[in-house]
Amino acid sequence: MALLEVKDLHAGIEGKEILRGLDLTVNAGEVHAIMGPNGSGKSTLAYVLAGKAGYEPTAGKVLFNGKNLFDMAPDERAAAGLFLAFQYPLEIPGVATMTFLRTALNAQRKKRGEGEFSTPEFLKKVREVAGKLGIEQDMLRRAVNVGFSGGEKKRNEVLQMALLEPLLAVLDETDSGLDIDALRIVSEGVNRLRSRERAFIVITHYQRLLNYIVPDLVHVLSKGRIVKTGGKELALELEARGYGEYQEEAVA
Amino acid sequence: MNASLTTVKTAAESALANTFAEARGRLPGDKAVAARRTAAFGVFASQGLPHRRVEEWKYTDLRALMQEAKPLASPPDATAKARAKTAGAMLGDVEARRVAFVDGAFVPELSDLRGLEGGLSICSLADALADGDASVLAHLGKIAPASDVAVALNTALMGDGAVIRIANGATIERPLHLSFVASQKPAATFVRSLVIAEPGARAMLIESHEGPSGSDYQVNAALEMFVGERAHIDHVKIIAEGEDALHVSTLAAAIAARARFNTFTFTTGGAVVRNQMFLNFDGEDTVAGIRGATLLGGRQHADTTLLVNHVARGCQSREMFKSVLDDEAHGVFQGRIVVRRGAQKTDAKMMTRALLLSERAEADNKPELEIYADDVQCGHGATAGALDEELKFYLMARGIPAAEAEALLIQAFLGEAIEGIEHAGLREALMDSVAVWLKARK
Repeated sequence: MALLEVKDLHAGIEGKEILRGLDLTVNAGEVHAIMGPNGSGKSTLAYVLAGKAGYEPTAGKVLFNGKNLFDMAPDERAAAGLFLAFQYPLEIPGVATMTFLRTALNAQRKKRGEGEFSTPEFLKKVREVAGKLGIEQDMLRRAVNVGFSGGEKKRNEVLQMALLEPLLAVLDETDSGLDIDALRIVSEGVNRLRSRERAFIVITHYQRLLNYIVPDLVHVLSKGRIVKTGGKELALELEARGYGEYQEEAVA
Repeated sequence: MNASLTTVKTAAESALANTFAEARGRLPGDKAVAARRTAAFGVFASQGLPHRRVEEWKYTDLRALMQEAKPLASPPDATAKARAKTAGAMLGDVEARRVAFVDGAFVPELSDLRGLEGGLSICSLADALADGDASVLAHLGKIAPASDVAVALNTALMGDGAVIRIANGATIERPLHLSFVASQKPAATFVRSLVIAEPGARAMLIESHEGPSGSDYQVNAALEMFVGERAHIDHVKIIAEGEDALHVSTLAAAIAARARFNTFTFTTGGAVVRNQMFLNFDGEDTVAGIRGATLLGGRQHADTTLLVNHVARGCQSREMFKSVLDDEAHGVFQGRIVVRRGAQKTDAKMMTRALLLSERAEADNKPELEIYADDVQCGHGATAGALDEELKFYLMARGIPAAEAEALLIQAFLGEAIEGIEHAGLREALMDSVAVWLKARK
């Protein structure tokens, strides 16, 4: 059984259809890259999977670990093992990063019928992961993402992912706004999490990120559909030739 | 009573007149005090209960909201006192010296007046009035605005309250807790307290008002506070009255030079609440924090009305009031900062924010600046809006259920104001109270 099975998915915002019959199958252990021009529906796909209000599926189905994803609220999807790394992580004034992490982790564990982490257990886990990502203790005490640089915010997303240990992580343009050092740190963080049980969907506009997070498969998204699938060399091809032909192809 | 009055008196107004006529002979104080009471009642009689055409009461039409005036509360019996023992739960682990009042009367056996710190004196207002305490008489009514109807009624009918003096330079480490508890009986209490902090004195004063739901009792409480030069006073008022209570309270403070003054009001209880503050910055270079957090649900109505009067130069004041309004609750904030001609270099910033959790909840914000000096930094801001859905989604996408996500955001919203309280234990206690409120919400 595939970890994620997307069949003929149609979805949009405010009645405007953006995804127009998308098919995608992701198995455990695989890394899929989804590339495409602006407006092709990359972020819409991420939000529809995570369950953001306003991003409504109109047709098709999505099975996650065999269950209908659309029967689940966003928090239930997260507890079931779906993680979305946001393109623009939000700032939450007044909520300390530590509180946020612990609340999220324990809420998921509770929903899965696992025991909640004690404070010492939790702290040990956070320190371990944060250290590897170069996240200072001071950052963890501060309010979530408030006053963080772009790179810090993205590292914080990877920290959350590492703590929550999802089955499927969707990375929405994680490379945007990152300099080369931050990109390396974030990618290393992601690569450390690669395993036979876990899958990734890496959404990106540029090939650059895929030098660091090497995908098993690359899909080209255009006008709300996957129009081509290939190996990692497809990303290099796109980098060299641009998206022009796919935009035309979709129109044709 | 007065032929020149054209308006017809409401039932509540007539009842108040009867109450005063009946009680005036036995209220504490000598003839001079009685004369003050009569004059004060005259202020009320000529104006009547304030209504929506009175600007200061625009959003809190007391004439409409106060259908009847309850009789004066009789002294508490043993049952009422026994019930009051458990009051003050909102203070959590804060170890405070309690001065207890039940149904408006001082209750020594519920109070802790043993081993008072050097420089601290506490007595009951009823005793001070009965003894003709010259200092009390000199301070009483000096700063509370006599023309305000709530103050006038309080002065006319004041029965008891606390009189606290903190001597020159004395630091009182243990917080003082004025605990006002109403019993089950649907009665009215008029408590009046006085705090005199001499120069360099330092203390923290917690004032709590609570009572049972199911009784439509009425509270009119007033506190006059004299903050001496270089004194440092922290004041926290907790309004946690029963669901059906009517609560009107006033804080009037005169703040001398180079003092530090913080006041915080935490409002969760009462059917109708009016919390008014009259703060005078009489001496230069004072630093003040004036803050509050209000949590309302059901059909609760709470009005915070603030008048900050910058008279002296170089004072800094920060005002921050936050309210969370659910169901059909109505929150009102009226904040007026006046900067007098001589108050150059005043630095005053006022912020009020309302979070509406329901489409039927209502927030009225009226911030005003009135500036007569030309070298000042003043500003105000007001916002009202719903919870940020984007933030909520971010939290939910991490596995946090909707209700918990909302609770986290609401706590963060109020936390910004509560953080202004210097006492860590009390900060925690109030955050816990917020959590309790949020749990009860579902």
